[in-house]
Amino acid sequence: MVNKKKDTTVIVGGGHAAGTLLTALLQKKYQHEVVLVSDEPHPPYQRPPLSKSYLAGEVDQSSLYLKPRSVYENAGQQLRLGVRVEGIDRYAKSIKLSDQSTLKYDRLVLATGSHVRRLKAPGSDLKGIHYLHDIADTDALRNQLVPGKRLVIVGGGYIGLEVAASAIKKGVNVTVLEAAERLMQRVTGPEMSTFFYAKHTAAGVDVRLGTAVTGFEAGDKGRVAGVTLADGGNVPADIVLVSIGVIPETTLAENAGLLCDDGIVVDEFTRTDDRDILAIGDCTRHRNLFFEKMQRLESVANAVDQARTAAATLMGEEMPYDSAPWFWSNQYDVRLQMVGLSQNHDQRVLRGTTNDKGFAVFYLLEGCVIAVDAVNLPIAFMVGKQLVQQRKSVSADALSNTDIELKSLI
Amino acid sequence: MGKIIFIEHDDTEHVTEFRAGSTLMQVAVDNAVPGIDGDCGGECACGTCHMIVADEWFGNTGTVGDAEEQMLSMTPERARTSRLGCQVEITEAMDGMTVHLPEFQM
Repeated sequence: MVNKKKDTTVIVGGGHAAGTLLTALLQKKYQHEVVLVSDEPHPPYQRPPLSKSYLAGEVDQSSLYLKPRSVYENAGQQLRLGVRVEGIDRYAKSIKLSDQSTLKYDRLVLATGSHVRRLKAPGSDLKGIHYLHDIADTDALRNQLVPGKRLVIVGGGYIGLEVAASAIKKGVNVTVLEAAERLMQRVTGPEMSTFFYAKHTAAGVDVRLGTAVTGFEAGDKGRVAGVTLADGGNVPADIVLVSIGVIPETTLAENAGLLCDDGIVVDEFTRTDDRDILAIGDCTRHRNLFFEKMQRLESVANAVDQARTAAATLMGEEMPYDSAPWFWSNQYDVRLQMVGLSQNHDQRVLRGTTNDKGFAVFYLLEGCVIAVDAVNLPIAFMVGKQLVQQRKSVSADALSNTDIELKSLI
Repeated sequence: MGKIIFIEHDDTEHVTEFRAGSTLMQVAVDNAVPGIDGDCGGECACGTCHMIVADEWFGNTGTVGDAEEQMLSMTPERARTSRLGCQVEITEAMDGMTVHLPEFQM
């Protein structure tokens, strides 16, 4: 019998995309060697709880792991954790690791995610200024969140607001500084921004809109003591969290000469311009057949959908990525579920009254539903998923009339 | 500790070990049972952990919450004993329980 050497597939990354790919390959009984390399000391884990239940101390670290490490290893997959990839040699088909070893690959999957956007301003190196992206960041911030401390959050997007909700529950005094005129401006419409503004204000968070930050003031021992504002004012702070977005992690890909454009460019099968290299998740600028244009998305849904597409590609199946993106956020007793991308809408339709009891905003373009944001109204999210996927044309009257069952609109 | 048996749409059986306090979704995910995605990690936000509990065990799984009911109402393979796995906390009384998985998740 000929003992044919197995190919090796190397996955770089340790987030939702990398973890989902491991699982999908395991479930598809992928016959080749699989090695995951991650610079974090953890098996692939989910980030959404970092700003919510994990920060609040409600769940432990192991519950963040997508699966226990042993599940992958018992299935023959190797995890090399705490090791950084320093470079890709596309000609030798190998990667160089921070422990000075090299690893040969036949197929390489980049799931390198993103890194936080840093605020470059006077004083930005002071102690007590935090960012939130991984477990270590969260542990460092969590230790500081004690009752009576003053936390100033720069940025009123998902992460900033989720941290605000988690921190105020712990008795921390919280201020949110948002440069735009409304919260979560990049991802949602004004009705949602107004609702969440009211929610945070009622909980005791000092939310300041239209407030740009120019730098940080130093206190004792190189610690931050305050945040300076563009209008000349300042906000005293014991702790600062800067949450102003992420940047796709493309350094490895760029250095290897792969096509990048604010993200590693991949097609609907997650293939880069090197036939042996795929890329998935936050790090990609990708083709999704659902959209006309290339997209870059920071979301779990995109990470898992691309991971499953990549697994199919590795198996030699053709399963193009074509699903509508979806997102969620939990703040206080509010579950926000969103489907589609709302930015290009020409009409908004409110269903219900904007309170905790449940309402939704439908975003239409030329009469078709392109996105839905639902607050404590999962049915609107579930129906919305189908309406958006089908680009269904629905009358605004029917969407807003609560006497008409949402289900009947599909 | 105990066992829960997941049965895929094509009748493939997965006998899994559980610890009380986990959820049906987590046990399925930890054991890489195909057909259970659990994309949101158990926050009742995605509807991708639909399971159908065997009739005789349904009474042991607690009650369906309002959010869960709304999500379940849109799953095409909804059955009388449907649950979202992330909303079912496992107790010792579930040792030996059989759970069927739908063909598709939402």
